[in-house]
Amino acid sequence: MSLLIYGTVTSIILALYAVGFSLTYGISGLANFTHGALYILSGFIAWHLMNYLELPFLVAIPLTVLAAGFIGFLMYWTLLLRVRGIAVSELIVTFAAGVAILELLTWGGFYGTRYSLPVLFEEGIEISGVVIDGQRLLVIGTGVMLVILLYLFVHHTKIGLAFRGMAQDERTALSVGIESDWIGSLSLALGAALAAVAALVVLPLGMMEATVGYEVLIYALAVAIVGGLESTAGMVAASFILGFGQSAAARYIGPQWMTVVPLAAIVLVLAVRPSGLVGRFKELEERV
Amino acid sequence: MTSQVQLRKRRLDRGIKARTDSVFVIAAPNDLIYVLAPRVVPILFLMLLPLLLSGYEGKILVHACVIGLLAMSWDLLASCGLFSLGQSLFFGVGAYLAGTMNKYGGAPIWLTLPLATIGGGVLSAALLAPVVRLRGVYFAMVTLMLPLLFRKLIEAWGILGGTHGISSLSVFPSDWVAEYLAIIAFLGVLFGLRKLIESDYGLVLKAIRDDDRAVMSAGINIYSRKVQALFLAGAIASFAGAFMTHHFGFVGFSVFAWDYAILPVAATTLGGPGAFAGAALGSMILLPLSEFLRAMGGLRIAIYCCILIACVITLPEGLFSFLERKYHQFETVVEVK
Repeated sequence: MSLLIYGTVTSIILALYAVGFSLTYGISGLANFTHGALYILSGFIAWHLMNYLELPFLVAIPLTVLAAGFIGFLMYWTLLLRVRGIAVSELIVTFAAGVAILELLTWGGFYGTRYSLPVLFEEGIEISGVVIDGQRLLVIGTGVMLVILLYLFVHHTKIGLAFRGMAQDERTALSVGIESDWIGSLSLALGAALAAVAALVVLPLGMMEATVGYEVLIYALAVAIVGGLESTAGMVAASFILGFGQSAAARYIGPQWMTVVPLAAIVLVLAVRPSGLVGRFKELEERV
Repeated sequence: MTSQVQLRKRRLDRGIKARTDSVFVIAAPNDLIYVLAPRVVPILFLMLLPLLLSGYEGKILVHACVIGLLAMSWDLLASCGLFSLGQSLFFGVGAYLAGTMNKYGGAPIWLTLPLATIGGGVLSAALLAPVVRLRGVYFAMVTLMLPLLFRKLIEAWGILGGTHGISSLSVFPSDWVAEYLAIIAFLGVLFGLRKLIESDYGLVLKAIRDDDRAVMSAGINIYSRKVQALFLAGAIASFAGAFMTHHFGFVGFSVFAWDYAILPVAATTLGGPGAFAGAALGSMILLPLSEFLRAMGGLRIAIYCCILIACVITLPEGLFSFLERKYHQFETVVEVK
């Protein structure tokens, strides 16, 4: 039973990590390797808002999300605009920017136990003999809410329609008046904001240090690759496969094997079934 | 009305350069010097350099040569469309092969170096053979993940020395041997690969990068060509790894670290991809620079990353291509009439 519950929590955390990454990639074809760095940077921003400006956590949350979105937006117009469409250069730029942010944070002393974010709910509840704390319930709630909200946003707003148009065919979208740079930068901003949301609910649960950023990137990539990038359902399914895989590995083999699961999953899926478990043909053409 | 004198730059190609990169028209001794200088000067410079350098500077030179080897192997993969973010994989495979053979098999250096080179090439090609079908970003993701996976496996299983690594391995008899071996390997790989990429074989590799479907429709098996390129690049990088193992007398999982993944990419991007000399030049610039930055610790990697981004955005052709173009042109300032 505890495997079931904690497996679910782990899975939803993975889904939170991945949702921003897959959104950006799905819309503008931009593999944002800065994702992990943005995640941890949001934690860093929130901590500073709270400890230097002494804002309450509830005020710091929207500010951090906005700040992260703005950073993503800015990154598009300053760094990515000139290499747009050259997949390899995009990859180098985002990857290098991500590593640069993380190494800068490490260098600035962003590790150890000094930094942490507060939990919103202290008290927990008990489900059939397993105690689960409030923060983990919040994680589950946020995950479910985000997936639903995103679905509504993408399918029932004008920007969402533009997003879907870009995702299907950039040139055709351009020909009906969708500004591709504008939508691309918005998608990156939204992806970054989602990374910040994930950071604000997940970080209070554990360590907050720069090296976590690399792990988040790996998890996001793993979910995106295993699930295939075009469907939300695939992403959720992949998070659950990986999440339960991780929890089971941690329980039955040993906790040090937890991080091996996503790495092995990426390599295996790409080698055996490059379209992802539920991906369709369009993606296959891109990958192979 | 006074009109201002307008000036413009006029560029003329040197007549000596005939149609291809390898055929020259030599009509005077000056032409001969012009053709030979870019080849002879670096060789002489590198060959004489160890005589001028003392112990620590020599180590930097060796390190620069090793990163140069990795960068050229990266460049070889990139010129057939395989974009790798994990040169540390090949490097680590070679390093661990040499380490295990030396420690547990008792093989001497002159045996472990060639064996690790060939074995590393075979192993790298075998590991990545299932994924050569993948394109751009996806291939890069696999190569990024594999070194991390290996590192985790070594950590989790505790095999091959686990977190402590394998120490007290044989080292080179003297610094001279190490320095000259590194330099000769560096120059050999540089000129060898430049020859290779201009041959018909290299032409096919470049064509795979530009349009793999077209190469397939010409009846060439692109996957086998890609595996061959992987073997070659893997062997070069594994030699670098095996060499470093014996240089330090130690191998640990730091061989899978970021340095060996980022530096080759940064060096090649700085120098200019596609010509190998760019990769070599880039590593010769970056490594001494990184020694200046060593005191900064982790910030060093952040600075490489910034250099990398700046190069990709502002100088996409790279330093070497820029210099090469300038070298082959006369540039004069003339008045606009």
